[in-house]
Amino acid sequence: MTAVATHSPARKVFSGLVKIRELGIIVALAALIIYTTTSQPRFLSAQSIRDILLNTAILAVMAAGQAVVVITRNIDLSVGSVLGISAFTVASMMSDNPGLPMIVALLVGLAVGALAGLLNGVLVRYGRVPALVVTLGTMYIFRGLIYSWAGGDQVNADELPGHFLQFANDSILGIPWLVLIALVVVGGVSLMMRNYRVGRELYAMGSSPGAAELAGIKVARNMLAAFIISGALAGLAGVLFASRFGTIDASAGNGYELNVVAAVVVGGVAVSGGSGTVWGAGLGALLLTVIGSALTVLDINQFWQQAIVGALIVLAICADRIVAVRIARSLRKRDSHV
Amino acid sequence: MFRSHRRLLTATSASLLVLGLTACGGGTTKDSADSTGGGATQPGASANPNAELKSGLKIAYLPKQLNNPYSDVETGGGKVAVGELKGEYKLVGPNDASASSQVSYINTLIQQQQDVIVVAANDPNAVCPSLNQARQAGIKVVSFDSDASKDCRDAFINQATTQGIGESLTKMASELAGGEGEIAILSATPNATNQNAWIDVMKKELAKPEYSKLKLVKTAYGNDDDQKSFQEAQGLLQSYPNLKVIVSPTTVGIAAASRYVSSSNYKGKVAITGLGLPNQMRQYVKDGTVKKFALWNPADIGYLAAFAGAALASGQITGAEGEKFKAGKLGEYTIGAAGEIVLGPPTEFTAENIDQFNF
Amino acid sequence: MSDASVSPRSFRGGLGKLASWDGIIILLTVVVIVAASLGVPNFGTSRNFTFLILDLMPIVLVALPMTLIIVTGEIDLSVASILGLASSLMGWFWNNGLSIETIIPLVIVIGAVLGAINGFLVNALGLPSLAVTIGTLALYRGLAFVVLGDGAVADFPFDYTGWVTGTIGGGSVPNVLIPIVALAIVFGIVLHATPFGRSLYAIGANDQAAHFAGIRVARTKFWLYVASGAVAALVGILWTLRYSSARADNGSGLELAVVAAVLLGGVSIFGGKGNLPGVLAGVVLLAALQNALRLQDVSGQALNIVTGTLLVLSVLLPNIVSSIRTSRQRRKLRQAATS
Repeated sequence: MTAVATHSPARKVFSGLVKIRELGIIVALAALIIYTTTSQPRFLSAQSIRDILLNTAILAVMAAGQAVVVITRNIDLSVGSVLGISAFTVASMMSDNPGLPMIVALLVGLAVGALAGLLNGVLVRYGRVPALVVTLGTMYIFRGLIYSWAGGDQVNADELPGHFLQFANDSILGIPWLVLIALVVVGGVSLMMRNYRVGRELYAMGSSPGAAELAGIKVARNMLAAFIISGALAGLAGVLFASRFGTIDASAGNGYELNVVAAVVVGGVAVSGGSGTVWGAGLGALLLTVIGSALTVLDINQFWQQAIVGALIVLAICADRIVAVRIARSLRKRDSHV
Repeated sequence: MFRSHRRLLTATSASLLVLGLTACGGGTTKDSADSTGGGATQPGASANPNAELKSGLKIAYLPKQLNNPYSDVETGGGKVAVGELKGEYKLVGPNDASASSQVSYINTLIQQQQDVIVVAANDPNAVCPSLNQARQAGIKVVSFDSDASKDCRDAFINQATTQGIGESLTKMASELAGGEGEIAILSATPNATNQNAWIDVMKKELAKPEYSKLKLVKTAYGNDDDQKSFQEAQGLLQSYPNLKVIVSPTTVGIAAASRYVSSSNYKGKVAITGLGLPNQMRQYVKDGTVKKFALWNPADIGYLAAFAGAALASGQITGAEGEKFKAGKLGEYTIGAAGEIVLGPPTEFTAENIDQFNF
Repeated sequence: MSDASVSPRSFRGGLGKLASWDGIIILLTVVVIVAASLGVPNFGTSRNFTFLILDLMPIVLVALPMTLIIVTGEIDLSVASILGLASSLMGWFWNNGLSIETIIPLVIVIGAVLGAINGFLVNALGLPSLAVTIGTLALYRGLAFVVLGDGAVADFPFDYTGWVTGTIGGGSVPNVLIPIVALAIVFGIVLHATPFGRSLYAIGANDQAAHFAGIRVARTKFWLYVASGAVAALVGILWTLRYSSARADNGSGLELAVVAAVLLGGVSIFGGKGNLPGVLAGVVLLAALQNALRLQDVSGQALNIVTGTLLVLSVLLPNIVSSIRTSRQRRKLRQAATS
């Protein structure tokens, strides 16, 4: 990458605008919470906040992984099916071996997901098949595998060991484990993307795949890493899903991929790659969940929920476009000064 | 970049004009239409109560969807009955409970020349044309669990009378609330036929003087989706702090609501009851979240459906009111109005008796 | 592309034909149909033919405009939601006393407007079509539920519902084959025999070059989205009449099946490549496989695996073949250089 003077005005404008993008989500969140709370004060009760955060956790974990893939100008549509495979694998494992500790469940979930992600990455990179096609295909394949494996079977809460179910309710220092995991995942991946070499390389690959290759970035290794991260986090989400919901059948996580992509897009990650932040995607997940809860509490017809989410996605893309146009303009202005 | 606004405008206004003209011209409207033309009438064969039950009958079950533990129990009962009848049992079905997904399966069953189709309709009308094609091809159609339109099936196995279930739900709610306080309902989808009928009976029951201190504050809908039901239960408890009982007349809803309450600080303060599967509810009954709930035995529904289908295919009955047939271990049944066959009263489950049931 | 000039040897021409995926898929479709007619009981009957056509009707119709859109390098994931919204609106208008003869054109025009909104966002504002249509996928489906809720409207006139499920003259050719064939011919001519169609390939191959060659890129693509919306709405109407049930959730998930069928038919997701015969073969292949497997009592789950695998292979195999070809050429060149 070329060395840009870190204190150039364009940089300031750039980072300012990017901040505005995430600020927009925070303002929207705040407005929604204030409005809902004034009409139903219990919306901000401890129990209610806990519920919202628990509901966000699973989506946020998946959104963090998806953000990494989207930043490299790819997409992973298989995450819902990967969640299903992981949830069912872990749930049947735990019901057969109730003595296994929680950490084994988490690791198995991560491993199952990472394997699925590796397959996606290999097909995208070495098979030169577009990510949309690969992950659309593996979405069908993974789901088909769960159905033919599980069939009509269902793992019920009473077949799962108590400590596995308890995990979703337990908390440490008042923060539920699920929320803590989501925070660690979103924070950790954000840090990696922001401050570490591999993260910056992933951004570079998304901005200009050709240039990244020419600049000597290990594109193949990084792309595999991106898909493995997305898969592994979807696998982790599967374990959290199984622990929280307790009832797992072959349709677990069906259709989640669109929610996850929606969270990422609303969170300001551009599908054209190279821009956006992981913690923005986490905020996107939180916003979508809060909208869902607020509509229930405000007693608004639940049917509006999906329409509002859709409108929000379109709005978010328009906002990104405006930001991008402004950045381009300010960069052009700077160039003309030189 | 984009210069076609004017043309678009012209095109749109032109088409609107065309529309306006057709609108004035009249045509087929809801009021003028005759929508009953689709019903196929069966050849007026008369029943022969003494006919032997045929063996080797091909009886196919088509539940709402395959991966549903409740319908697995129902069709499991069917499999046992088909075995007793020395027939050929088959189970097919879609992965999702959408209105249209069953039609292709019915078409396939017609092609395979089954003798009886036992179906739980996802949508009473969407399956109708195909079911009538099946009947024209000589296949007997028995609906169970969720009825198809009356004019496209031969008989319907009703799990219990609507009145009986509504009364039983109201009674359990009143006992758990101690005779007074706020109660709420967590139902399936807003248009679920069964649930709405039971809720109507509950409302009539609640209007009676003995339940005058009970107040139904809200009916929420969890769409028979585990997560949605879970969140709706959360919403109910947030919005109504004085809630005493949640009544959920659907197996998905009661399990989700119980799971939420057992893991929140509402445990012990709010009672859950309704219709549930013992295996799904055992944990919550044992940990005290749920004191009692009810259900009929779903395996018996599938069992009865097989015998009804066999009796139809053997010519013992035609589905007319008053006809009688024997259903193996369940004894003799009489067909009610509109081809309905009622299974019997629901069973109440408590901590004392729940371990005797495994479904 | 450039390798045609390297060596004119005949086996390479054969390999090239084999490597064109739409050729393979057409062949495969014929093989599957012949094999199923011989090996699967009840597959080759006229009644089964009717069922097969009815089952593939929504996918094949929506796939026609989708092919054109993907050829230009864009995508429209909102089609199934437009279908659902059209179905909801149809039920709502019907409940409000409009005549069916008014409802049908009205709903198609609304579908075109919904498509125009997509087209406007993608082409006038220059937003990425994948993201936009994921947004409108949620938006339109949400509006469908707002219009009709969870309810269903079922009492459509038998004249219409009977026509959709019926056959021509009571024979074995279903009525819905008429719109399928008509639209397939129209879209086929537009794509393969008009300057407009050629301009779509140019846009898909390189939209900047197409722009400099005088093609109005944004306007061209805009009309494809309008067509896509209108056809999706038409399918919404046919769907509603086929199942005599207007519901907001009608056709949900269909978008992925359509995209899968189009890609399976050899259309490149990056645009610029593919043709309609391949796509039609892709649709028929998937439907015939599904039908045959179901008659054999193989569950629908297995079909998911087959669909997904075919989809990945449809791009992977040609890539592998071409890379084998390239390495062979390199070896040849090296040999030529050393000798």
